[in-house]
Amino acid sequence: MGKGMTVIVKTIARLIAGFIFLYGLYIVLHGHLTPGGGFAGGVIIAGSFILLILAFGAQEMGEKMLYRFTAVFESLGALSFLLLALLGLIAGFYFFLNLFPKGTPLHLISSGIILPANIAIGVKVGAGLLAVFLALAATKFLMEE
Amino acid sequence: MLELYLLILAMLASALVAVETKDLLASAISMGLVGFAVAIMFVLVQAPDLAIVQIVVEILSVIFFAAVIFRTTHFDTTVGKGIDREVVFPAVSFFIFGTLFFILSLYALNDLPRFGEPIMKVANTYIREGLERTGAANVVAAIILDYRGYDTLGEATVLFTAVLGVLVVLRKVGRR
Amino acid sequence: MVLFLACILLFLIGLYAIVTKRNLIKIAIGFCMMEYAVNLLFAFIGFKKDALAPIIIRVSQERNFVDPIPQALVLTSIVIGLATTALLLSLVIRLYERYKTFDIKEIRKLRG
Repeated sequence: MGKGMTVIVKTIARLIAGFIFLYGLYIVLHGHLTPGGGFAGGVIIAGSFILLILAFGAQEMGEKMLYRFTAVFESLGALSFLLLALLGLIAGFYFFLNLFPKGTPLHLISSGIILPANIAIGVKVGAGLLAVFLALAATKFLMEE
Repeated sequence: MLELYLLILAMLASALVAVETKDLLASAISMGLVGFAVAIMFVLVQAPDLAIVQIVVEILSVIFFAAVIFRTTHFDTTVGKGIDREVVFPAVSFFIFGTLFFILSLYALNDLPRFGEPIMKVANTYIREGLERTGAANVVAAIILDYRGYDTLGEATVLFTAVLGVLVVLRKVGRR
Repeated sequence: MVLFLACILLFLIGLYAIVTKRNLIKIAIGFCMMEYAVNLLFAFIGFKKDALAPIIIRVSQERNFVDPIPQALVLTSIVIGLATTALLLSLVIRLYERYKTFDIKEIRKLRG
């Protein structure tokens, strides 16, 4: 699992990974207009990174750097979701009050607190699943050392 | 409706293959076929949100299974051939329990509303007032993030705990 | 009705894999199959004949939708199922490292 794959797989992975990341970002941002939302988009974003790691080998991608990177992003996502929920409590009424302006329907910037909450959940789920994949598939075994 | 029945047949057949076959990699791939059939059935029941999540989650689950099987480099199952004596008692008791469960579930499922005619008391309120009270055009997203946002907070906590558990169990221990 | 019973049948196949099989990977596959069966049952309960998916396209359209509440409940359950499977697989890896086998009969015999 440490070494990469053949040249054909590496070239195609390099071309496609950017498009997969863009697609995942589109599904997260339009979660209140089309089917999808934070969970589906987060898993797709993790999938684009997993494609790169599988094609190029874990040693070349620098697994230690990725471990710290994913831990920071996952905690950021969870804390910002909690902060958005507490904003309603601080502003006076109750937990999870939808207090951003609601705008015109069927536009991108509408529906109050749902858009930032989708982004927070997308970051959290993506970073968490990337960390799980690194631990399961890319670190060295105790008995192989 | 015919597509639903054919897909259910394909799903049950590949589930039996996944459980009974000797090669571990083949059973991981059959598991993938079960997940794909479930995703297509979500589309046919008019639930596109669930279909997107189910396909990506199932692809990742097959990748995890294949990663474990390749790392431990065991191609075939280590269970011996023939019927050994220790499996007779669990198998017989499972068949008795399974038949009883199936027959009792026939009575229990009769109490649910019939397939195709759900009672939608609360859902009608959400559908009618969802757009002007929350501003979201996707009714499912409005439910999970505005009407029932507390459940989403609980789910985020469970996901965080599970990821933490995996990272703790698979830590590279510094023994020396 | 037949569709509900098919979900229960998939659930029972998963339970059979957990109870009867001796290989740890087959037990993990059984857990995964039980989760798929329960999610499918929820999605079937919310179906309404000749209705559309619950997405509003134009503001003043006629809204004849399927039930959106079971879909909201299943959406988070699918992702939690993936995390639980990953946790189970990490325990399987640790057991393999310690005892060098996937067979639960051997693992029960060797006591550390």
